[in-house]
Amino acid sequence: MKARLFTLATGGATFLAVAMVFVILGNIVWHGIGQISPHFVFGGTKEGMFDAATAGVFPMIFGTLALVLLMTLGVVPVGVTTAVYLNEYARSHSPVTRVIRGAINNLAGVPSIVFGLFGLGFFVQFVGGGLDNMFYGGQLHYRKPALIWASATMAVMTLPVVIVATEEALKAVPKGLREASLALGATKLETIWKIVLPEALPGVITGAILAIGRGAGEVAPIMFTGAAYYLAHLPTNWTDQFMHLGYHVFVLSTQSPDIERTKPILYGSVLVLLAVTFLLNLAGVLVRARIRSRMRHG
Amino acid sequence: MELHFDQELAGAKELLLRMSSLAEDAVALALKGLVGRDDALAQRVHDGDTQLDELQKQIDERCVELIALRQPKARDLRFLIVTMKIAAELERVGDQAVNIAHRTFQLDREPQLKPFIDIPRLADLARGMVHDALDAFVYGKPDLAKEIILRDDRADLIETQLHRELTSFMLEDPHTITRAMNLMGVAHNLERIADHATNIAEEVVYLYEARDIRHQHE
Amino acid sequence: MDKPIIELNSLNFWYGPKQALFDVNVQIAPHRTTAFIGPSGCGKSTLLRCLNRMNDLIDGTRVAGNLTFNGQDIYAAEVDVIELRKRIGMVFQKSNPFPKSIFDNVAYGLRIQGMTNKDELNERVAASLRKAALWDEVKDRLDESALMLSGGQQQRLCIARAIAVEPEIVLMDEPCSALDPTATAKIEELIQDLEQYYTIIIVTHNMQQAARCSDFTAFFYLGRLIEFDGTSKIFTNPANKQTEDYITGRFG
Repeated sequence: MKARLFTLATGGATFLAVAMVFVILGNIVWHGIGQISPHFVFGGTKEGMFDAATAGVFPMIFGTLALVLLMTLGVVPVGVTTAVYLNEYARSHSPVTRVIRGAINNLAGVPSIVFGLFGLGFFVQFVGGGLDNMFYGGQLHYRKPALIWASATMAVMTLPVVIVATEEALKAVPKGLREASLALGATKLETIWKIVLPEALPGVITGAILAIGRGAGEVAPIMFTGAAYYLAHLPTNWTDQFMHLGYHVFVLSTQSPDIERTKPILYGSVLVLLAVTFLLNLAGVLVRARIRSRMRHG
Repeated sequence: MELHFDQELAGAKELLLRMSSLAEDAVALALKGLVGRDDALAQRVHDGDTQLDELQKQIDERCVELIALRQPKARDLRFLIVTMKIAAELERVGDQAVNIAHRTFQLDREPQLKPFIDIPRLADLARGMVHDALDAFVYGKPDLAKEIILRDDRADLIETQLHRELTSFMLEDPHTITRAMNLMGVAHNLERIADHATNIAEEVVYLYEARDIRHQHE
Repeated sequence: MDKPIIELNSLNFWYGPKQALFDVNVQIAPHRTTAFIGPSGCGKSTLLRCLNRMNDLIDGTRVAGNLTFNGQDIYAAEVDVIELRKRIGMVFQKSNPFPKSIFDNVAYGLRIQGMTNKDELNERVAASLRKAALWDEVKDRLDESALMLSGGQQQRLCIARAIAVEPEIVLMDEPCSALDPTATAKIEELIQDLEQYYTIIIVTHNMQQAARCSDFTAFFYLGRLIEFDGTSKIFTNPANKQTEDYITGRFG
């Protein structure tokens, strides 16, 4: 009797959780699907952004993808290197190691709006200003919101996720493989580069997938550091600003003059955002699966 | 597939074959010395016995070592045990040849009592049995071994015959007693060699058929 | 014995505060197989791993005493550990082939040393696989993943991998303990074949294995070397009572 009650309770909770997902998704699809059309997905903002008939979100899609790409290029090398240091080189109980780990944990807990302010103050003004002074004689080139700074901010924010995922993957590599390599006269670096990292690659990709998921969706960190709500053309340089799906949804829901008119665009944009995130995730999963199967079967 | 152990077993086998060849030669030489009344040959038999003793010790040491180091099973185990036992039998065959040589010294002091007819016959039988027994061991012929065991009865018969004949010699003429006793001794030595060949044959059957057929035909 | 290829003089070893080896003196003969035997925890694996300095990978270990390889102290400051490990190879208890092809596994050590010539690599890989008695079984599928091989084959692959770089010594840490009797027998035969090319030192908790395939045996107990002699002597008439008790199973 108790067992049945328990099964009922756990089943019920699971059902509830899954149902929530479906409710949310369903709501979005129901309200947004009507807006989806080739013009919407591939069209730009030449005509009115707030008009359901003429709105297009291609620039936002482009900007989101550009952001995600640059962020990934930044966070993966730094995150993987840090994880490699922590797992392969650091002495586990030394004070330095403990400080590093503490810092990573804290970083993971920082609210995203704080990252936005950090990005503005550090990347845009300090680093950007410094670059302008050093290379451009004070001329304004970097000391403004830009794709590069938004990507950098997002990279810092998603760093803990990549580090943790990579470390888990590194820990999962059996010690025997490292020993075998070292016993053959390989250096530690050769062992990591040729044996450990390739074996840990699926885990690293998992970390990247998680990072990408946040990068495509988070808005607060990019609001001050590079996203714009209206641009006449696509960004051509990483010093340009960019439009972003998540930011667009934010703008639509807070800045639009007529909320009823823009509701379909809102839902359409959310749907597109979900679709883009889903496709990015799917791409990551497929790449990881392909690598895993090649590792199994040679 | 051939193992390193197989090579080691072959080495032990080779030692035993060397020993058997020496033992057979000793018997042949002893008979030659006896029939030819040749003390020099008899002396060679006497001197050559140490070699046989040394070989037996070598074989035992090697077999014990292989048993300790290789944990042999089944036929390998029986082979090593049988090898040690056959070596012991061959060592005693050598001793019997030495006994014959010693009697040759005695007999050569007096004139020949009678022509050598039955003793060479018995000797050929015994030598044949030893030779065939080793053949059966080397070539894996347990049936040949069983046939050798049957020949032992013939050896016993010839010895009994000789014993009777020599006894009648002694009764007729007391001056022949020393010589007759020595000849009876030689006959006995040869009959013992036939017994040792029988023992070897029994061990061969044990090796190849894992059956202990000892103490049956007495 | 020819001039020993490895000499240990009063070797002591600690894991942090705990001493694991006490005053070990031993001489390893070249081109022979030496076995280290003894009950669990006696220090035989620890000693083996000192020989190619794999214990360096563990934090807090300390060595005192003398350990020479071809007359040179391997714990001297100027010794290049990487070079040392190219001359003293190791095969581990649990076979650990890389998740790569059979060919790439064997070629790994060679490529690390800078060999890139395809013909040379092919030749050396084939030669090693032949010496390891694996060639016939894998010659048609060198590009297949090494993980597809059976346990015994994987361990022979690890042996091929270790000998591909032509070390002088091959250390084996209980190479057969994860294998079934048939696979074990194959590797024991292999060890006796490899003696002509390399010096082999094998740690085994199976003393019958030591009896079968080694020329010299060292018996350890609680971190000390109790007896070291020809294998034949140790197993037919050991000098030390502790050794005899262990050999005959009357230990403890």
